[in-house]
Formats: sequence, structure tokens, C-alpha cells
Amino acid sequence: MWYFNSPLIVFGEDALNELSAIQGRRAFVVTDEVLLGLGHVDRVTSKLKEAGLEVQVFAQVEPDPSLQTVKLGAEQMSAFGPDWVVGLGGGSCMDAAKAMWVLYEHPEILPEEINPITPITLRQKARLITIPTTSGTGAEATWAIVLTDTAEQRKLALGSRENMADIAIVDPIFVAGLPPQITADTGMDVLTHAVEGYTTSWHNDFCDGLCLKAIQLVMDYLPRAVADGTDQEARERMHNAATIAGLGFGNSLAAMAHAMGHSLGAVFHTPHGRAVGLVLPYTVEFTGLTAPERYADIVRFLGLPGPSDQAAQILAERIRSLARTVQQPLSLHGAGIPPAECEVALPRLVQNAESDATLVASARIPNSAELVRLYHCVFEGRPVDF
Amino acid sequence: MFNFASEEWVQALKEAINSSAGYAEAAKTWEGDFYFIVEAGGPIAQETVMYVDLWHGVCREACLCPDRSLKNPAFVITASLPVWRKVIDKKLDPIQGMMTRQMKLQGDMVKIMKAVKAAKELVECTTRVPTKFPA
Repeated sequence: MWYFNSPLIVFGEDALNELSAIQGRRAFVVTDEVLLGLGHVDRVTSKLKEAGLEVQVFAQVEPDPSLQTVKLGAEQMSAFGPDWVVGLGGGSCMDAAKAMWVLYEHPEILPEEINPITPITLRQKARLITIPTTSGTGAEATWAIVLTDTAEQRKLALGSRENMADIAIVDPIFVAGLPPQITADTGMDVLTHAVEGYTTSWHNDFCDGLCLKAIQLVMDYLPRAVADGTDQEARERMHNAATIAGLGFGNSLAAMAHAMGHSLGAVFHTPHGRAVGLVLPYTVEFTGLTAPERYADIVRFLGLPGPSDQAAQILAERIRSLARTVQQPLSLHGAGIPPAECEVALPRLVQNAESDATLVASARIPNSAELVRLYHCVFEGRPVDF
Repeated sequence: MFNFASEEWVQALKEAINSSAGYAEAAKTWEGDFYFIVEAGGPIAQETVMYVDLWHGVCREACLCPDRSLKNPAFVITASLPVWRKVIDKKLDPIQGMMTRQMKLQGDMVKIMKAVKAAKELVECTTRVPTKFPA
């Protein structure tokens, strides 16, 4: 047995208007200062006020939100007493909103205790709306929460199926002005979610179609969205792709590219999407050597030519081709990290990757020596052949 | 062949763990002992309690306990016989088993989620024990 969780998804142009029809008394918006400055918060609060709701904004979420920020936001949320929580932003804001919501409902729980196995009951005080402002994390449609323990300098992968949003509003107006670099970074994150969601050992029939469609959308529309940010069709399709991939991998799990990419991000502060996208072709080659069948499906769906027993290599090259097109690095050297720094960081990179929860679902789990070899391939941009 | 959840099976599991290079590496920092409990039901007349003490990649002690009172392990995992069988046959990932409440865990959940690779290798060890399940 397994589960498929999803919010009600309102998508497309003017999807934000759905907020005007929300019924409730008070909404607590969790966001960051940048979005406040861009006017996105005003867009949301004006719709909530149209619906007759009293609104309070918490705009102190930082990138990689900390446990402390979550506790602070939950305190303010408790004082305000909302019946709707709104997570507005990228993954950091939406994840922070999810965690604050749990603490608001259950003040006895510590954020680091939110896990998928211990049951919790939510929706006694409020419900959750997520509104993504990047086309990447898919956090609007997953129950995962990533927080940072600043004292121990580590990321915590948390979450419970209960903290899935009730409503996700996927309106392309929020991504119309994203710069090319962020568009490319977050787009590679979408691709990584979709490829891993399809090939993880936890893959399932309910997620397969979502992941394949998201891969196709990224291949078709990411180059257009990066090349011309005013291409509204490309923006909208990439925004949809992010949520579709979120649903896909959120119900099947991410895998080794996330384990290795999280580790790169923690050590070199590489943006998340760039890190996992950089690692993805290498992990495809590695897992594809022992489990090529799922990659053959993807290659067939994309209409890429070549023998099925080389599907992983074919897909890896297609991913590298996309990365070149959207000007993403193909190696750590290409990302500007000197070889000496890579070597010094290697033990930490391996240790982090081995303790990352996403590694469990990889179709092939590397040992320490294989992880060392894999990171050397990523350093040098050398395809994996072991 | 060893009868599942017998003293002989538990000792064979200990040997399988201690001869596994994969487990030794994956669990090199793990510290924690377990009760693996088979719930009563079907051919299992009363709950069966297996104790396994895992420490830095080796199994220091393993035994069948008459009941839960003998030890005070850090972790207790409880499941029915059919669920244990699915795990050992690698038809059910133990983490998925816990997430779907087919397996019940008592203990530090956060610590378990950080040791997923060791858990995978432990399951591999169980598959190396020639096992006969009760009909």
C-alpha cells in the first residue's frame, strides 16, 4: 500500500483570483522581504481582503529557513489566530509556512520532530494555501519540509503527509519577471524531481505519468523561458511543470541526485537547483548501469533515438545538452570551484550524501568508495562508467 | 533452512550481519539496539521478541527473548508475520512500511531516518539467512 497526496490545484492565468472566494476570518501570510518589495505580497493580500479576511504578513523568512525563524513565525501566528495560513514564495517560504502551521496547531511539537511516521492531526485551527513564486521546488504540492539547524550547520529533511497544502495556486504572474539564471537553476530542479520521481525505487503508477509529462515540459519550454523571459507560454508551462513534478516526486521520493546535490549545496553553497541539476546526469549514468529499464521509458517517451540498453547514457547526454543550452555548468570546475577545494571537501561531501534521507530510494545505492568516484566525475565533468 | 524468529534464525542473522562488508560500512556510526517483534496472529500463537544490539557496524548480541521485559532497547519495531515476510522478501521497504503504519516504530524517528542506508543493508543481511516461514 501507498498514498497519493495532492492539494486542490488552481493553475493558469488569473488563478490568484481564487483567493477572492476564500471563506474565513483571518489569513497569515508567510513570505520574505524580496517578495514584499516586488509587490507580490500586495497582490495576495489585496485578494484576501477582497474576500473579507483580516491579514497579517510575516516577511522574515530567509533562504534555507532556520528552526528559529519557524518558531518566531509560529509565535506570531498563534498571537494572530488565523484560520488560513498562506505560504507565498519559493521553497523556503512555503516550507517555513508548513512548519509554522504544524507548530501553531501543536505548540508541544518541536519543528525538528515533524516526521512522516508519527501521526499528527492538523486543520483544527487553520488550513494551508501555497503560492509558488518560482518554477522549481514543487513545494506547493509536496508535504516535505526542509529546514536548517544553524547551530549544527545541517539541513533537516522533515514533513508529515498531513502538512500537505489544502490549496495550491499556480499563477504564472509570479514568475513573469524571474531573471534567466534563476529560471535556469529552478528549471533544472524541476527536471531532477521528474527524472528521479520516475526512476526511484519508490516509483508507482500514480506518479509515472506526472513525471514523464514534467520531463517533456522542461525539455520543451525551459530553453524558451531562459532565452526570453517574456515568453508567456513558456513561463506558464514551466510553472505547471514544477507543480506536476512536485506531485510526481513528492509521492514517490527523490533519490541520489538530491543526496549528492544537497551535499554540494551545504558545502559550496551552490543554489539547490543548479546543484542537483549538475549531478543528475552522473547519477543517471550510475543507476542506469544496473537499472536501465526506467530510463529506457523516458528516452522512448522523449522520442530520443538509440538502443534501449544505452538509455541511461542517452538521457544523460540529453540532460547535458539542455544544461549547455540554458548555460548551466556541467562540472564543478565549470561552476568555478577550484580542484583543490573539491579535494579538501570530498570527505564531507561523501558523509553528507550518505546521511541524506533521499539516498534510500535510489535504484542503486553507492557505497563510500563509489561516492568518492562519483564526486570525482562531477568535479572533472567525466561521464560515469562504473 | 532456519525457522523464522527462532533462536537459530536470530543467531544466523547475527552471523550474516557480522560477515557483511556493506552493513559494516553503512552502519559504521550507528549506535542502538532493537527489539524486532512479530505480533501474535495466524501461526504465531504469542508475540515473538527478537533482540539485536547493533553497534558501529557489528552485531554485538542477538537473542530470542521470552518477553519484552528482558531488555530495554532504544528501538522497538513491531509488525505482523506477513509484513515481516514482505520486508525480508524485499517486497516492502521498511521505511515505507513504517510510513504506512504496517510496521510500528518506537524510538528516535529522526535517528532512524538518518540511517536509511544502514537499514537497507540490514534488510540485505536478512535475505542472506535461509528462512522458512511458518505456514
